[in-house]
Amino acid sequence: MGLELFNTLILCLLVVVAVLSLWVRDLVVSAVVFAIYSFLMCLLWAEMGAVDVAFTEATVGAGVSTVVLIATVFNLKRKAKD
Amino acid sequence: MKKAAFILILCIGLLLAWAAKDFPSWGDPQSPASSSPVASHFIANTGVDTEVPNMVTAVLADYRGFDTMFETVVVFIAGLAVFSILRGGPKNRTRDREFVVDFEPDLIVTNTVRLIVPVIQIFALYVLAHGHVSPGGGFQGGVAMGASFILIALSWDLKTALARFPIERCFTVAALGIVIYAGIGLLSLFLGGEFLDYAHLAKIFPVSPEMARYHAMLGVEIGVGFTVTAIMFALYASLSTDGRMRDGL
Repeated sequence: MGLELFNTLILCLLVVVAVLSLWVRDLVVSAVVFAIYSFLMCLLWAEMGAVDVAFTEATVGAGVSTVVLIATVFNLKRKAKD
Repeated sequence: MKKAAFILILCIGLLLAWAAKDFPSWGDPQSPASSSPVASHFIANTGVDTEVPNMVTAVLADYRGFDTMFETVVVFIAGLAVFSILRGGPKNRTRDREFVVDFEPDLIVTNTVRLIVPVIQIFALYVLAHGHVSPGGGFQGGVAMGASFILIALSWDLKTALARFPIERCFTVAALGIVIYAGIGLLSLFLGGEFLDYAHLAKIFPVSPEMARYHAMLGVEIGVGFTVTAIMFALYASLSTDGRMRDGL
C-alpha cells in the first residue's frame, strides 16, 4: 500500500513537472524543472528495482544534461517566444 | 494553430493512456519479457558463463557487446559532430550574449570544489571498476568523471578546465576508448573466437575462460569510460562557448 501511494504520488508529480517544463517561458527554469523530471524518473526506476537505469538517469539525465542545457541557453535568447 | 496542436497532443495522449492498459502489469511472470527463452537463458547462465554477479553488466558488455560498442561510437560521433558544427560555423558571428557573465572565481565555491572534485573522481573510478559487481559501469562512471571537469569549468572558468584537459586531448582519449573496446574484440578474433568473444582471451592470459570474460568486461567498461568522460567534457566546452573555446559561462 505504501509503495502504491509512493508510485501514484511520483506519477502525478511527473505529469505536473512535464507540463510545467513546457509551460514556463524562462528557458533556464525550464531546464531546471526538466532536471526535477529526470530525478523523479530516477526515483521511479530505483523503486522498480532497475538500479542500473536509475543510476544512468541520475548521472546523465539529472546531472550532465541539465548543465549542457543551461550552457546552451546562455548562448540563446533566454525567454522563449511562445 | 496552437489550439489545433494542443487538441492533437491531447488526443494522442489519451490514445497512449488507453493503449497502456494492455501492458502486462509490473512484475508479471507471464509477461512476454519475463517468459521469453532469452531472458531465462541469461538468468540461468550468466553466473556459470561469466561469474559476473551483476547480470545487467554481463548482458550489456558481453552478450550484447556489439551493441554497446556502437553505442560508444555513437557517443563519440555525437561529440565530434557538435564540436565541428560549432567550430566550423560562420566566422562573422558577432551575436552578443544576452547575459555577459563577468566574475572573479568565488573563494568559497572554488575551495569547496577543490575538496569535492577528488571525491567525485574516486567515486567515478569506483563505479567504473565495480560495474560488474554492483550497479554502475562505464557510462555512469564516465559521466561522473566528465562532470568533475565540468564542475572545475563552472567554478573557475573554462580556461582552467581546458588547461587540465585540452580539447585536442579530449578527442584523443575518446578515440582511445573505442580503440580499447574494439581492440579487445579484435584480440579475441585473432585468438580463434568470434569478434568480442572474450572467452578466447584465456589462451594468452593465465585465467579460466569464465574469468577471462569477467576481466574483459572490465577492460571494455574502461574503454567506454574513456570515451564518455572525454565527450561529456568536450560537449560542455563546445556548447557553453558557442564553439569558441574561450570565456565560458
